[in-house]
Amino acid sequence: MVNDIDTTKQTRADEVRAFIARTPLAQEMGLRCEVMGDEMTMIMPYQEKLIGNFMIKAIHGGAIAAFLELTSQAQVFLVTEHLERPPRPINLTIDYLRQGHAKDLYARAEITKMGRRMCSVRAEAWQDERAKPVTTLMAHFMVSGD
Amino acid sequence: MSDDAASSPAPWEVMNENIDMISGGIPWGRRMAFRFTRIEKGHVWGLQPWKERLVGDPDTGVIHGGVLTAFLDNLCGTAASSALPKPRFVATLDLRLDYMRPADKGRDIIGEAECYHVTRNICFTRAWAYHESRDKVIATAAGAFAINKPRSVDSMRTM
Repeated sequence: MVNDIDTTKQTRADEVRAFIARTPLAQEMGLRCEVMGDEMTMIMPYQEKLIGNFMIKAIHGGAIAAFLELTSQAQVFLVTEHLERPPRPINLTIDYLRQGHAKDLYARAEITKMGRRMCSVRAEAWQDERAKPVTTLMAHFMVSGD
Repeated sequence: MSDDAASSPAPWEVMNENIDMISGGIPWGRRMAFRFTRIEKGHVWGLQPWKERLVGDPDTGVIHGGVLTAFLDNLCGTAASSALPKPRFVATLDLRLDYMRPADKGRDIIGEAECYHVTRNICFTRAWAYHESRDKVIATAAGAFAINKPRSVDSMRTM
């Protein structure tokens, strides 16, 4: 039994990696994910093209938002077994807390409430210190499968 | 209108004259291939073409919601700057996106943003993304922007 569960988790982690690998925007942004059981960290390695303001070399807020949205989608997909595909977003709110500097970004998402039709997710992106998030996101996704 | 405005063009006029330069000065915007098409005082229009590399769902070919977020974020920020009497940078404080319907595969997306209120420190904006008209909207956005104090580029580097 334990083995069965482990196999399922393994398969879903592979599906999440496949989602990142076959989604053009995720590839364009250079994303990769590290899955550890039901936990996942998404990484966006720094690239010059991600810059939003060349005068201050800050990463584009929209790129960080897309990064957090993809992270949230992947996390919901990872832990929601009945989903056949990553969930569609209903809406999201992004809080820009600090400037995203010209270096790698990391993100994690957490499901605050899983409902039958929708779920509520929070995610945050950071660089040097997890306790000092660059950007946070709050979003709702459809999980009803249609 | 202040005396300043009478003697020199308003920021939105300068922005509209240099509209291609503004579009080209954003590396991620350039990569996403969006551009501003018209700038008026507190009102900005733009175009986000469909591109294979921006697709979020390879099965349907629909571009990812995150592309619209970046597009509308930039449009709102530009609408905020264009509403101000003096040239100032603005920084996104927060942005809310509502996804109403998926965009069609292969079609350009039109974006429109307006700055509807300005206080001493903050610009309040809203935006729409659609194919044909605001009646059939793909996504809407609402964002608040902090108006940066004028400062040198050097001081911005040490932030």
